[in-house]
Amino acid sequence: MSYIYFPGCSLRSTGRGYEESLLEVCRALDLPVDELEDWNCCGATSYMSVDESKAFALSARNLALAEKQAHSSSDIQMMVPCAACYLGLNKAQHYLKEFPDIRARVNKALSSAGLVYSGQARIRHPLDIFTNDVGLDKIAAKMTKPLKGMKIACYYGCQLVRPYADFDDQHNPTTMGKIMTALGAEVIDWPLKTRCCGGSLTGTIEDVGLRLSYVILAEAHKRGCDAIATACPLCQFNLECYQGKMNRRYGLNGTVPVVYFTQLMGMAFGLSEKKLGLKRLFVPLPERGAVAAEGGAHVRG
Amino acid sequence: MSAVNSSSNGTPKVGVYVCHCGINIAGVIDVKAVVEFAKTLPNVTVAQEYKFMCSDPGQELIGKDLKEGKIDRVVVASCSPLMHEATFRRAMAAGGGNPFLFQMANIREHVSWVNKDKATATQKAKALVAAAVRRVVFHVPLQKTQVPVNSDVLIVGGGISGIHAALTMADAGRKVYLVEREPTIGGHMAKFDKTFPTLDCSACILTPKMSQVRAHPNITLWTYSEVAGVEGYVGNFKAKIRRKPKYVDENLCVGCLECIEACIFKKGKFKDEFNVGLSLRKPIYIPFPQATPLVAVIDPETCAYFRTGKCKQTCAEVCERKAINFDQKEEIKEINVGAIILATGFKTFDAARISRYGYGKYPTVYTSLEVERLVNAAGPTGGEVLLPNGQKPKAVGIVHCVGSRDEKTNRYCSRVCCMYSLKLAHLIHERTGAEVYNFYIDMRTPGKGYEEFYDRLMRENVHFVRGRVAEISDWAMTPDEEGKLVIRAEDTLVGAVRRIPVDMVVLSVGLEAQPDADEVRRMFNISCSSEGWFLERHPKLAPVSTFTDGIFLAGACQGPKDIPDCVAQAGAAAAEALALIDRGHVELEPNTAFVQEDFCSGCKTCVPLCPYSAISFDTSKNKAAVNGALCKGCGTCVAACPSGALQQNLFTDEEIFNEIEGVVKYV
Amino acid sequence: MDKWHGWDKIRYEAALDPHFGTKIASIPGGDKLLACIQCGTCSGVCPLSPYMDYTPRQIIAMIRAGFKAEVLSSYTTWLCASCYSCTVECPKEIKITDVMYAVKRLAIQEGVYPKRFPMPVLAHEFFRSVQKNGRSTESRLIVRLYLKTNPFKMLKQAMLGWNLWRRGRMGMGVESIKGKDELQRLFVAMDKETRAERRTGQEVRP
Repeated sequence: MSYIYFPGCSLRSTGRGYEESLLEVCRALDLPVDELEDWNCCGATSYMSVDESKAFALSARNLALAEKQAHSSSDIQMMVPCAACYLGLNKAQHYLKEFPDIRARVNKALSSAGLVYSGQARIRHPLDIFTNDVGLDKIAAKMTKPLKGMKIACYYGCQLVRPYADFDDQHNPTTMGKIMTALGAEVIDWPLKTRCCGGSLTGTIEDVGLRLSYVILAEAHKRGCDAIATACPLCQFNLECYQGKMNRRYGLNGTVPVVYFTQLMGMAFGLSEKKLGLKRLFVPLPERGAVAAEGGAHVRG
Repeated sequence: MSAVNSSSNGTPKVGVYVCHCGINIAGVIDVKAVVEFAKTLPNVTVAQEYKFMCSDPGQELIGKDLKEGKIDRVVVASCSPLMHEATFRRAMAAGGGNPFLFQMANIREHVSWVNKDKATATQKAKALVAAAVRRVVFHVPLQKTQVPVNSDVLIVGGGISGIHAALTMADAGRKVYLVEREPTIGGHMAKFDKTFPTLDCSACILTPKMSQVRAHPNITLWTYSEVAGVEGYVGNFKAKIRRKPKYVDENLCVGCLECIEACIFKKGKFKDEFNVGLSLRKPIYIPFPQATPLVAVIDPETCAYFRTGKCKQTCAEVCERKAINFDQKEEIKEINVGAIILATGFKTFDAARISRYGYGKYPTVYTSLEVERLVNAAGPTGGEVLLPNGQKPKAVGIVHCVGSRDEKTNRYCSRVCCMYSLKLAHLIHERTGAEVYNFYIDMRTPGKGYEEFYDRLMRENVHFVRGRVAEISDWAMTPDEEGKLVIRAEDTLVGAVRRIPVDMVVLSVGLEAQPDADEVRRMFNISCSSEGWFLERHPKLAPVSTFTDGIFLAGACQGPKDIPDCVAQAGAAAAEALALIDRGHVELEPNTAFVQEDFCSGCKTCVPLCPYSAISFDTSKNKAAVNGALCKGCGTCVAACPSGALQQNLFTDEEIFNEIEGVVKYV
Repeated sequence: MDKWHGWDKIRYEAALDPHFGTKIASIPGGDKLLACIQCGTCSGVCPLSPYMDYTPRQIIAMIRAGFKAEVLSSYTTWLCASCYSCTVECPKEIKITDVMYAVKRLAIQEGVYPKRFPMPVLAHEFFRSVQKNGRSTESRLIVRLYLKTNPFKMLKQAMLGWNLWRRGRMGMGVESIKGKDELQRLFVAMDKETRAERRTGQEVRP
């Protein structure tokens, strides 16, 4: 049984590091992963702002394709790393289940494309798969270079946990933290784990969006983290790529590395930096060698 | 079974009376035609119409015909039996007839109120009258049975409601058993410092009543005890009370506290339940200085002697009265009572369920009950409002509606929280001079003096922000938020989002039913509402009785309410219990099931089916037996009995089949 | 005197839309908005509410009362980042985020949105791109967005674009799916359904 992998549009552009590190980590953990054939955009937030039915139809096409691609019709597992896609697919699935009139319309339209939607697919985020299917023990067993001495602030963002995440607590999620702890890192506790980074506002209404991302970065920085671990391509982009602007506008002192949690996992597994997409970061992580050799003392980037 | 008749010449004489009910019936049904039709039915000797059968002259018609011997059975075609079956049965009894040789045909709710067409309505009315006439011929004369009522009463729960009910009944001369689970009576009220809106000292108004209970010759006070089982029926309940051992003889202990002083634990080490976990106690303790009875209690879970078997037992040594007895055993007491009043109270909502308020995460977030203990002079901080670091807070936020008015936790409003939040705001402000902020959605102040209390608080410069608190966190956005808890809420009246840094947060938690409410209700054979409170018989007209005769409710166990309402309800429950007891007997309706033993094979199908546990199995005869006093005539066993041995008075197979045939023939 | 500020201070019933509330409440799961107790939790938890002209709670109140023109032309809904905090915290379980989406859709349908405000423009461009190719290409999307709203900004963002490109995080080619006509057929069928619904006289949900 392999996971049907749904990358989403962002993982092919700004979020390339996420896809690269995720697939590397899956390989290391022997998780069979197949990309969904001819997947289309999930619609994200923008589509829902224009046409609700078509937004559901977009997601339904993806889910129907997944059903077709799955080997067994009773166990269709999708791996959806992007938080917006995770939300969009889940939302469509929930609404199509709860409102039979929408489901009827969508199915009728899908039949014109030769597809059938039955709602059987299980939409899972990598955090869910790693924690519940693989297990922390197996992950810890693959570790060759513990993240010793690294203080990580786990940032989940909003669309991953709200409103559909059933694998973790919506107000105080801990799955990412548990994985990081299992890999030897120190996870700091902070109250902004799930506060919205502003999403598409940073690129459009900068005054507002930048401020939202800034407060998250500033608090993590204040609590002494060495890096922020993220699980969403837009969050990673917002937090990482505007730090210069934040410095000038709000007086953020210094820079904070913002990585994908899968990149940290890959580092702990001893995988190649290039393959994990670490060279694509705007703010590099501190030297890995330095951290490991000095046995705990960390170097701030 | 052939038709049983009570007339001298062997033929039943049925009188049919058709009511106009003003225009309610006569406006749709051709009453004259129905009367003429009735005259044609077999066994009918009298058929009349009247404008209002339920009136005195109407009832007199029946009485007269009975006395003159023209009839011995009666059919009244009028309204629903729920309205006037009792009236007409009384009329029959007054006329010298047996009230159960009577049947009503409902031609109002079932015919004239639901049909527009006069022809079909009249036809249906005729069919129903025919059915009733056919049926009544098979009725047998029945008698209501009377069961004597025991005059003692059991009251479960020793909070203010149980205490008030107990005193009322004891003053009326009845013997009262007051059973309380905690080592002392007093309930939640004993934990408060002041009560709203008068700011009366809670203990000052409660403790005199507690002493009265202890001293009253008619009250048997059993604390540290629970009801273990209840059997029986109204007027004749048998209850088993389990008395947990305090390991201290109540009759000898005078509450001098020497044993507690002498305990090998020099300081308290275990969470003190009375102080809601804010302080520590020793394994031997008295819950609070005015505990009633004032008797020490040893907790076997924490006492060194019980845990390890090794202890000097210094407590027993210093006791001059030799009251400590480590060999004390659990006692089961069996009592007989006529009525039971449940006054088991409430529990507070667990604030940890709302993680965004930070209860359990930040040590300066308290629940209202914890703060009640802080402001209480006998509490863990001697009445001072102090934070864990020993300092007084400079800014305090009080969060209303925690756990209430929320689809995800409890939908209802807990009724008392706005008032107690105002009270705590006043007390905190008075004791510390802090800036106090109350965050509310609506200010609910329905009682006497309540709105005036709110007015007073506003004049005392307590800050009111109308906005439900969105989150409480230690994330600081400005320098003066550093090191504080920040409350973020929209001030909806002003129309702006506000961040207010405070040193202390008080969560005004809502009220919930006790966690074992479902088990308790099963034990007493009553119901709970969907929110878990004990269910009253009628929300408006019968708030203290339940669907189980003889069991009454008092206080917050029936729904969240404040102290005046608890006391009022306790008085009401006592009054209804007294009404039951003073009558001396209970009359039971004869529409009960009975076993025709010749047909009973002892298959026991009926025994577990009875929702009222009224069927028992007589092993000596190998037959089922119905307790007529417990039976409520629901008919379940009758329907289930494979041999038809079980029949129900007033609903025998004969009576029912004949009624059906009567309808079918004429409809 | 009451036109002193250039607009009627009194809101007459004739100027309000009495069906606006029920129209928005007709979205799937939207009926709960009629039971809003105006507690303000949504605004309190919303990270964007200090920047909005009307807070989320005010929007719900205005929707219920029929203040259609004000709601559709407000910036509030376009500032909503769909973080779902309001939806998750609402004690009456009102799907506030979905209400925001419904208002956005209705605003677009009726053409009453702030025209050069970047958010509706982004939504439009995204929609077009997916409509055509089945996927969105971030680079092209951003370029079109700036061209339509603030071309000068594009120059300022050039550095960012360059940095992304040289790290391989900005694709220049157009992303597209293979089954484009399959998708087109799907969309055409959906449009047909919508038209059929309109013809039955049933009011179409926003």
